[in-house]
Amino acid sequence: MGRAKKTILIVDDSEMNRALLADMLENDYDILEAENGMEATTIMHEHELSISLVLLDIVMPVMDGFETLALMNKRGWIRNLPVIMISAETGSAFMDKAYGLGAVDYISRPFDERTVRHRVDSNVILGEKQRDLADRLTAQIYEKEKDNRLMIEILSHIVEFRNGESGLHVLHVHAITEMILKTLRKKTDKYKLTQQDISLICNASALHDVGKISIPSEILNKPGRFTPEEFEIMKTHTMEGAKMLGDIPLRANEPLIKIGYEICRWHHERYDGRGYPDGLKGEQIPIAAQVVALADVYDALTATRVYKPAYTPEKALQMILNGECGAFNPLLLECLKDCAGLLKKELTMISLGNAAEREIQKTVADTLKTGGADTSSRAVQLLEHERMRSSTLASLSREIIFEYNAFPEIIKLSDWSAGYLGMPVNIADPRKHEFGTRVFKAEDFDHLLNKLKRTTPTSADITEKYALDIKGTKTWCKIVAKAMWTDTEPPEYEGAIGKIIDINDELEEIAVLELKANTDAKTGLFNHEAAKEQINDKLSSLKNDRQYALLFFDLDNFKQANDNYGHLFGDELLEYVAATVKKNTRTSDISARIGGDEFIIFMSYSGEIEPQIERIFNAITGVYKTFPIKISMGVALTDGTPSDFDTMFEMADKAAYSVKNSGKNSFCFYSDELKNTVTGRNS
Amino acid sequence: MTVKECYEVMKGDYDDVMSRLRSDDRVKKFLLKVLDDPSFSQLCDAMAAKNADEAFRAAHTLKGVSKNLSLTGLAYSTSNLTEALRGKTELTDDIDPLFKKVKKDYALTMACIQML
Repeated sequence: MGRAKKTILIVDDSEMNRALLADMLENDYDILEAENGMEATTIMHEHELSISLVLLDIVMPVMDGFETLALMNKRGWIRNLPVIMISAETGSAFMDKAYGLGAVDYISRPFDERTVRHRVDSNVILGEKQRDLADRLTAQIYEKEKDNRLMIEILSHIVEFRNGESGLHVLHVHAITEMILKTLRKKTDKYKLTQQDISLICNASALHDVGKISIPSEILNKPGRFTPEEFEIMKTHTMEGAKMLGDIPLRANEPLIKIGYEICRWHHERYDGRGYPDGLKGEQIPIAAQVVALADVYDALTATRVYKPAYTPEKALQMILNGECGAFNPLLLECLKDCAGLLKKELTMISLGNAAEREIQKTVADTLKTGGADTSSRAVQLLEHERMRSSTLASLSREIIFEYNAFPEIIKLSDWSAGYLGMPVNIADPRKHEFGTRVFKAEDFDHLLNKLKRTTPTSADITEKYALDIKGTKTWCKIVAKAMWTDTEPPEYEGAIGKIIDINDELEEIAVLELKANTDAKTGLFNHEAAKEQINDKLSSLKNDRQYALLFFDLDNFKQANDNYGHLFGDELLEYVAATVKKNTRTSDISARIGGDEFIIFMSYSGEIEPQIERIFNAITGVYKTFPIKISMGVALTDGTPSDFDTMFEMADKAAYSVKNSGKNSFCFYSDELKNTVTGRNS
Repeated sequence: MTVKECYEVMKGDYDDVMSRLRSDDRVKKFLLKVLDDPSFSQLCDAMAAKNADEAFRAAHTLKGVSKNLSLTGLAYSTSNLTEALRGKTELTDDIDPLFKKVKKDYALTMACIQML
């Protein structure tokens, strides 16, 4: 079995160029296409991790190649996604700029098949290799980190087991320390804490009681109160621990040893200067020791010890704030208070196995982030899996589901929602699009987006009610959305996902039925109603320079086909005609079977229309399994005047009728002479 | 009419296109696609609307298309027009003759392709 095909995204405004490249590459790759940078960005946003390479044109409408590259840089995609520029621009300034923005290669027009395939192949392979290396690196860092932490934990557990404790204390102190430090960093930059400092202090926190190894176990495990002599001995665990770390030869400058030393020695100092062993006061006590001291006390209070029962988290917090358990930095007390709720939840979830595993995973992720390669295949798989799951769920659900991307602003609707609203699936710049001006009232839409932007990572859910214009009907809807924040520090606002719920249940039912009724089951073309609606949409937004043609035709000899060859053949014939129509029209054209053997095609044009009509006419009239297909076609043109479906249809119908009356199998344009024709149709 | 004969009449470079695209069938397939390519009509629209920016983009695209298929004559005239339009905010006098030439070459090319 061969390997799965890699995916390539081709971004070019010319359909011809995309088709040419696709033709050269589609044997070896799956192809995605975008016709400008905005579309490409949307596709990358969705499929980033499954795309192996991008072929990017420079001169394009809406968003050009350079803007696209700039955005890929901003999003960090450029690091994992190789981009080859394809352009007729060969000036060195263009190439320099593209390379400067991170493009890996440049293919100039005209395309040479060998060159295209060779460059694409080699860059895809290169990317694969890089990903493979990143995988191995991840695995190695993971192993190394696991060993490191294992050693620290073994050491500290020796102490705890001697102490008759479960081993959870070390994990708890780690978690509490981390939470306090993160809260502290948000409050002030006084201590200049980096993410690395925090992770170092948390790791070193495991060592805080390592000095207890030198305390005789009858004192260590004494259930009652210590005598003053015993207490003096107990107190020496601070200096003993510090000495153990300080005495490790040649390692005194390792950050872990330095911080560990501070924590061991000073985690029983008090902010008011009345602690031990050195009686340091206030900020003389290193911040690492201050935080671990607080974490140590908090966990001791909430745990059962030989000399005391467990207090509830609320009680423990109260006792600490009241100063019953030592004197602490007021700023740290504030931090503890702020994260008390979260702390309570987190600590109950920590069990011996998974906490360590989670920490290691996180450290590996952090290391790799600063190291440059951040997508391993495993992460890719997980994400893809997740994405597939949510898109399947979205497609099954008959609700309007949207995704909002804050930069660049894009609204993405599920397929069903887009069809339901009559909106495209991807809406770039939605504040200026109908979606943000008509479906939503502009001020409602602004209100919603502002509301989302003002959320925080911990309270990201919102519910709002607005009157929306859904298919021309004012409908009260509930919007339930969740803002998406990155888990970086500080968190960044990325956008939101949400759904729009029609508050009237019955309306939803009707919508489903309408969707079913949209296409003609036999041919897959639109049906009469759907075509009419879409054509009227296009006509009502008619720009002055746009011309439209409506072609109407029926088969001259359809009855004969049915009579002589049977209904099955008749059906086949209709399907064949529908397929021919589809093949010979552009995706922007609207084709429909409006009943029986009657078809319409609606298309925009500029300049001469007759050659186009002739081409379509010739394509349809031909032979199907020895049966000659003949049609009578009438054509109505907008000709610069505003129009609507019914008017144009009537004109085309009349023109087709005149063809029928003058020998059939031809086409005819509507002219005013046909005005009084009676076709016998009730329109 | 064979593809080769077609190239001779419309002043294209048959040897070049064959060396790059490598089969008559593929060349023909894409020649026929040129009939549906909207860039020429977009160019005409933009010129009629006196929109130099859009005209540049359309001419640029048409140039790319014709270069890709080694339609040498058309590629040459669209290239001249593209360069004349580059960076322009309005249509200057030198552009019209260049546009006329493109129209002429385009008509010839289309006529030839239609005979395939």
